[in-house]
Amino acid sequence: MSDWSELDAFLETDPADVGCDEAMRILHVYVELVVSGEDAAARYPGVASHLRQCGPCGEDFEGLLALVTDPPPEGVGRRLRKKLRGGR
Amino acid sequence: MAGATPEPGLDTESAGWVRRLQARGNDRESAVRDLHDLLQRGARREVRRRCAGTGVSGRELVDLATQAADDATYAVLAKVAQFRGESRFTTWAYRFVVLEVSRKVGRHFWRQPRAELTEEDWNRLPDALGAPPDHVAEVRELSRAVRRAVDDLTDHQRRIFEGAVLQGISLDALAVRYDTTRNALYKTLYDARRKIRASLVAEGYLGDEPSKEVRAHE
Repeated sequence: MSDWSELDAFLETDPADVGCDEAMRILHVYVELVVSGEDAAARYPGVASHLRQCGPCGEDFEGLLALVTDPPPEGVGRRLRKKLRGGR
Repeated sequence: MAGATPEPGLDTESAGWVRRLQARGNDRESAVRDLHDLLQRGARREVRRRCAGTGVSGRELVDLATQAADDATYAVLAKVAQFRGESRFTTWAYRFVVLEVSRKVGRHFWRQPRAELTEEDWNRLPDALGAPPDHVAEVRELSRAVRRAVDDLTDHQRRIFEGAVLQGISLDALAVRYDTTRNALYKTLYDARRKIRASLVAEGYLGDEPSKEVRAHE
């Protein structure tokens, strides 16, 4: 039998997989655990399993992670309004 | 509820967002503008990231981002009273914009005419399934076995498998076409994958136990 590990991994189904709705419901919590260096997969194994198998949810995870770790800079308008309000 | 007290235990910045968004008058208007700015920046970044290499650019890209930011802003305003501080407010709010961008990009997919499934798509099956290129005869045989297994799926499972795997259409785009949700289609694909695997195990192409790989998100 050849090494069909990629095919095997694609066809693998994990009964712990929580599905898209539940994974997306707590995506913000999961992402912050990852950012803070905690073991998010151990805390939420069903979410980790889902993000491995579901391309679109994995994409959402990557997108939110990117926004949290490298937030887009504020525009001039918002900086000015904050200044006028006396914010830093 | 206007002027409601934020949940205890929120970090200062998150509590500030909640308080301002639940205030009245100018304070709230200013907070809503700030929220929209935040989500607009997030949407633009996310749309650019997702649409890299898809040909979506310029005005189209800005329009997608603006629509996503507008809808995410409404969603956050509708749910701000439910924010419990499980994460920072901005992370929670960004989640809405990421999900809106997913939906908008999925809808946008169908604005261009798409080719129907052809035999050529089936010929790309080995690549789609990550078959090793140095086993030509085995790859061909396995592809036939997968195709037999796909033929045994229900019509709906087969359509979704063909769209998602052979044509590479995202589940969000397929959800628009079939007027359903990503979650429902994922469940359909989940059942399809399980059936195909069982068929390949029965025919001796795969072992009983799935190979375990440690990959991203862990």
